[in-house]
Amino acid sequence: MRVSLIVDIAKALMVARLKQTMVAAVGVTFSITMFIALLGFMNGLNDLLDGLILNRTAHVRFYNDIKPNEDQPINLSNEFSGGYNIIRSVKPSISRVSIYNNESIIRTLKGDERILGVAPKIAVQVFFNVGNVDIPGVLNGIQVDEENRLFAFSDYVVAGDFMDLQYSSNSIILGKGAAEKMMAEIGDYVQVTTAQGNRQLLKVVGYYQSGIGELDNLQSYVSLASAQKLLGETSSFITDIQVKLHDFNLSPELAREYRSIFGIDADDIQTVNAQFETGSNIRSIISYAVGITLLVVSGFGIYNILNMMIYEKMDTIAILKAIGFSGADVRNIFITIALSIGFVGGLLGLFFGFISCLGIEKIPFETEALPAIKTFPVNFNPKYYLIGGVFSLVTTYFAGFFPSRKASKIDPVEIIRGK
Amino acid sequence: MSKKAIEAKKIKKYFFSPGKTQVLKEVSFSVNKGEFVSVMGKSGCGKSTLLYILSTMDTDYEGEVFLDDKLITGQSSNYLSRLRNEKIGFVFQFHYLIHEFSVLENVMIPGLKLNEKSREELEHIAMEKLKIFDMQDHALKKANQLSGGQKQRVSIARALMNNPLIIMSDEPTGNLDKKNSDMVFGIFSEIVQEFQQTILMVTHDQELASKTDRTILMEDGMVISHG
Repeated sequence: MRVSLIVDIAKALMVARLKQTMVAAVGVTFSITMFIALLGFMNGLNDLLDGLILNRTAHVRFYNDIKPNEDQPINLSNEFSGGYNIIRSVKPSISRVSIYNNESIIRTLKGDERILGVAPKIAVQVFFNVGNVDIPGVLNGIQVDEENRLFAFSDYVVAGDFMDLQYSSNSIILGKGAAEKMMAEIGDYVQVTTAQGNRQLLKVVGYYQSGIGELDNLQSYVSLASAQKLLGETSSFITDIQVKLHDFNLSPELAREYRSIFGIDADDIQTVNAQFETGSNIRSIISYAVGITLLVVSGFGIYNILNMMIYEKMDTIAILKAIGFSGADVRNIFITIALSIGFVGGLLGLFFGFISCLGIEKIPFETEALPAIKTFPVNFNPKYYLIGGVFSLVTTYFAGFFPSRKASKIDPVEIIRGK
Repeated sequence: MSKKAIEAKKIKKYFFSPGKTQVLKEVSFSVNKGEFVSVMGKSGCGKSTLLYILSTMDTDYEGEVFLDDKLITGQSSNYLSRLRNEKIGFVFQFHYLIHEFSVLENVMIPGLKLNEKSREELEHIAMEKLKIFDMQDHALKKANQLSGGQKQRVSIARALMNNPLIIMSDEPTGNLDKKNSDMVFGIFSEIVQEFQQTILMVTHDQELASKTDRTILMEDGMVISHG
């Protein structure tokens, strides 16, 4: 069978009902445009919100948790080994919060191919002494350059130069919320007291703003050395090892592996931040559902228009059958019409979808909470364009399927004799 | 080589709504190659029904139909489609041209469907067919720009496109005025004489029927005279 003949006839029929054909195509265009715009915007937003947490969260974090000893003396005693021992009011033992032998642990981790980078950290509970008020806070002692490389630290330092933290000793980057409470300007000195009672004056060199208010009220940053000094510990003292992987999906596996090797606690990002994954998935599902609904609606439009076309072009179908076109040929003609509408409409839809994504990306979106964001975020992943394109063809195919089957079953004798 | 272009053996046909009525009662006849045969009878005698059975479009009947000595009763619909395309040309009371196509393209469609020759060859053949009817000047017009008589000539040209074994025609002049019906009939006679084209024509016009080689008379679903 000559394909070009089928296409020619399909084209002639479409030209005959040009207006309706165009309306059908515009329906597809509109739904694909919305689909692309919606998915691009939703996923841009998803990436942004996930990034808020995920970019700054270690994929695996090693630390020593404060918890009761699992091997209580009674369990070690032979006398009570046969029973089920219940101990009430167990208290955590004095365990060191610093990671023992951390230098060799870091060396081992850096040697692992799956790992992008390792950043040690010290978390210190402190009070800021402002006049006669003590404001609680957490000082994070960080290795500034590594923290910046792995966790985009500089993106969140909204004032001052983050590298000052490393270059000048006894400096601090205050959380924006804490700074406002203390009314501390850059260049001011703030006094901190650790839980152990050590006092220190620190110079404010910048503000830190993550966009999460609770963090900004609490978290401040100092260099690793300053934190060690504040605690009166040696330079080998660290409390956390943060690890970033090339593929963060490997983090549960890696955490499990090293937890048993090093004998310390390890949290992976999936366990800690499970809710973000869920939120992103649900937002994606909603945007897919809306997009598919739009497509199905435009599919009904195509269905109607094809049905009408078949009704109007009964004579043509009858004569085509009389001169030797089989039912399958007639079906192919109408499927071709449906797919052409889907293809052209879909292609235009992808184009306009892209344009509207570009438009959304230009809309200003400035908020105190998100210092790094100036306009609405949009995701331009080609995956959505591929899905949109495939969907437009699939829905129009199904929309054309039933009308074309009807056309293929038309009995030419009935039409010709009916006159 | 057989002389018979088409042969019907004991064709019986029933209509089922309303109620079972027999419209054809053991109709048997044959048409020889190169013969111009008309089937005549009053309205409702079953002559059109017979034609559509012979045309392979209606497959719901009892009896046997042979086209070119091959049994076509009970063949698959795809086989029959191909057979219609290749061996049968149709001319109906209404012309049934595709309005969006040019005259030339309308004539070419059966050839394009048969898909045995290149487009250029087919264009040439179609042009030749149009020339027979003096329609070559209208070849590039759209079909809906023609008059009724012209459209009917185009549809005859289309029927001839694949050099069919037989042309079947259901009241070809039924929708035309005297002048145009004479012209269409003239064309039929001409292609019978010049190209030895076999034609089977259904009509209720006695005058027209009397000018054909042979007239088969039908009444109440039966052939009463083979002419």
